[in-house]
Amino acid sequence: MHDMSAPAVHHHAPPTSFIRKHVFSLDHKVIGKQYYDMALVAAIIGMILSWIMRIHLAWTNAAIPGLQLLSKTGAPGGVLTPEYYLQLMTMHGTIMVFFVLTTAPFAAFGNFFLPIQVGAEDMPFPHFNMMSFWVTFTGFIVLLASFFVSDGPTLGGWTQYAPLNAVGAIAGPGQGMGVILWMASIALFCVGQLLGSLNFIPTTLDLRTKGMSLMRLPLTTWAWFITSCMGLTAFAVLMPACILAILDHVAGTSFFVPSNLVISDQLQQHSGGSTLLWQHLFWFFGHPEVYIAIIPGIGIVSHILITNMRRPLLSHRVIIYSMGALAVLSYMVYGHHMFVSGMNPYSALAFSFPTLIITIPATIIVLIQIFSLYGSKLRINSASLFALGFISMFVSGGVSGFFLAQPSIDIMLHATYFVVGHFHMVMAVAAMFGIFAGTYFWAPKMFGRMMNETLGKIHFWLSFVGAYCIFMPFHYLGIVGNVRRYSVFVDDYLQPLLPVHKFITVAALLTGAAQAIFLYNLIHTRFWGKPASDNPWEGTSLEWSTTTPPPFDNWGGKLPVVYHDPYQYGVESSVGDYVMQASPEQVKTENDEQ
Amino acid sequence: MAKLFAVTIIVIAIASAIPIIMHTWSAPEDISIHGPIIDDQMSETMAEAGIAFLAAQFVLAIFIWMFAKPNPGGKIKKFPGGATGLVIGAFLIVGIEVLALGVFGAKVWADVYLSPPGANAMPVQVQAGQFAFYFRYPGPDGKFAAIHPNLIDESTENFFGIDTTNDPDAKDDIVTAEFAIPVNKEIHLLMHSKDLGHSFYVRELRVHQDFVPGLDVSLHFTATKIGKYEIVCTQLCGLGHYNMKAYLEVMSQDDFDKWLKQQAAAQ
Repeated sequence: MHDMSAPAVHHHAPPTSFIRKHVFSLDHKVIGKQYYDMALVAAIIGMILSWIMRIHLAWTNAAIPGLQLLSKTGAPGGVLTPEYYLQLMTMHGTIMVFFVLTTAPFAAFGNFFLPIQVGAEDMPFPHFNMMSFWVTFTGFIVLLASFFVSDGPTLGGWTQYAPLNAVGAIAGPGQGMGVILWMASIALFCVGQLLGSLNFIPTTLDLRTKGMSLMRLPLTTWAWFITSCMGLTAFAVLMPACILAILDHVAGTSFFVPSNLVISDQLQQHSGGSTLLWQHLFWFFGHPEVYIAIIPGIGIVSHILITNMRRPLLSHRVIIYSMGALAVLSYMVYGHHMFVSGMNPYSALAFSFPTLIITIPATIIVLIQIFSLYGSKLRINSASLFALGFISMFVSGGVSGFFLAQPSIDIMLHATYFVVGHFHMVMAVAAMFGIFAGTYFWAPKMFGRMMNETLGKIHFWLSFVGAYCIFMPFHYLGIVGNVRRYSVFVDDYLQPLLPVHKFITVAALLTGAAQAIFLYNLIHTRFWGKPASDNPWEGTSLEWSTTTPPPFDNWGGKLPVVYHDPYQYGVESSVGDYVMQASPEQVKTENDEQ
Repeated sequence: MAKLFAVTIIVIAIASAIPIIMHTWSAPEDISIHGPIIDDQMSETMAEAGIAFLAAQFVLAIFIWMFAKPNPGGKIKKFPGGATGLVIGAFLIVGIEVLALGVFGAKVWADVYLSPPGANAMPVQVQAGQFAFYFRYPGPDGKFAAIHPNLIDESTENFFGIDTTNDPDAKDDIVTAEFAIPVNKEIHLLMHSKDLGHSFYVRELRVHQDFVPGLDVSLHFTATKIGKYEIVCTQLCGLGHYNMKAYLEVMSQDDFDKWLKQQAAAQ
């Protein structure tokens, strides 16, 4: 612990009751752990759903024991029907994108560490913060509830295209109450994330402790700050879109349904709506969402690599500016999801160029991360392995973006497994690796105990090789023209691709099973793990200056004062090759950019 | 462990590239006039993306191999040129690459989507609905009868909602479930959906276009090779989505004329 001379008055007292301590807590650290645990449960459900889907795709008539308990009509005898396949697929995508990839790297780690990294006692609006989690959690429960309504969850995919999302049960199983619950769930999720963003932004701007200038903020804090700015605009568009879709169901409006539709030989009463309006609203949220999922990962991975390379990145500022550029450009590229949607073909050209240009800041980030390894003293541990794995996955998924950014090539690849491979690698697996890296790195501070390194490394090797075995072949399938969202490959041309699907399914089952190692390690650590010291990784940022685990007000009564840039490694100080941000010790360094 | 990790990255990168280089899985042979420029653009992008992929993975692996030290000592070193060199390099190399892809890709797109169909293009209407495509040929009068959604009735096979009693243009319209076209003849495809979002994807024809409920969308293309090809829906449209398909039959002009007569007689 270092000199803490700034005065502090905590604006709410420590709770005493179990409910206020562990359930309806105002403490950002507890809320962060609540988000983490919810994301963990969501990830397990989402992964089991993916297993079921993969088994069905490879062995269509295989009975999955116990599946009939989830739905007698959707899986009679444990064999999936085509419609239930689509319903489970929709739930997989929705749970993973919203309740795992957005909540874990942003809301979970961000809640726990952002106030600590800026040197604050808490968020400025703790009640909003508590509401943020519980509203999000309610959204999760509402989504899961759709499993148990009469015709099950919606089958419309995580993108919920109109007018399938707005015409009701006549369009198919799950398109009535299932859609309404989906829309309500996501609208609640949006409210939760808006409340979260409203806390993250003023925490970063207004609650920084003495000496913590903006450029002294760690890259994680910058990533969460940029992500919360994106969240404000992106979720604010999706939420009303969901409400409008609900109104199309229950209030007789026609926001997303045009005139003269004939479904099941019945002329629909809707008139005057626009199906493309939904796509514009959804993707105006949807593409920034990709960056909402991945920018926290970029920050986390940079933070972890720096600590383990024992040096700062080649440029702190350039990474910040590049993350900002990704955020701004992400709003200008969304139309690349709609090249063949029927929108004006000139629009495709307008959306193509920003999509290609966004590769420049992404490339700069990757190059700086990779070339910062040069001349470093890289420590290999579970956290750094997952961080390096993130870079490898981000590159692999990123280069396939070159293809999908071009409307002419999109003619061949749109809605194929190439797209599935692309977004799973660049957004899902990369973001998951960021979550794993963050967990191994921050578990000591979050739970007060060290994760088992041997198990962590085994988990990494199986996940890294497994993820490539699953998702790289998706690209090959897409090149051949294998269409996504098919529950059965009955088409003649898809039959020769079945062996590839079987290979992917086996890889998915094994890689998924390997996650049990992580789960065991995490649970064991939280209850019985080796107690952690305050700064086990010899880190410099403020989370390592406080005790493990941090006290209720983070600082034991006095806020820290910041004297240095966030990543002062490769120096000679009294404690080793680093000097902590909160240490007044003056050291000579060549790394200080500012 | 670091060296094993570096080797693993290189092995995975090479193993990932081999099926692409060997064309183990590739797009089916093109049968359209506009297809070769799409294929060329695909090949150029594959080369550029492939080089970027391999280079990034190799450098990552090499640096992990070189700089992971269990017992580090000595001073850290900076990569020559630092961040400035990397930023300039990224702007120049990636910037030129994406500019080239963007400009040439835009030209390819313009050739396909921004040029109008020729005056002699043969019009064919296609209607998508859960979970089938239906095609309509205008017959000798060259006119499509008007569509009346309230008359659509699958039980009487009035798939397009045509008023066969009162509309003279309806007398010679030919409706089929199969899409037959003459080879080397430009087709002007007029697309609409009767219910939900669907899509029209023929891999060999290098054609992919969504049906948008409420909008009339059109395409034009020329098939250059006789054969039978699958038309599949790629826009999630409900429980039977996986089974929504039709066949494109590219015929000689003579065979097409005979086929059309047979279909007209069967109406």
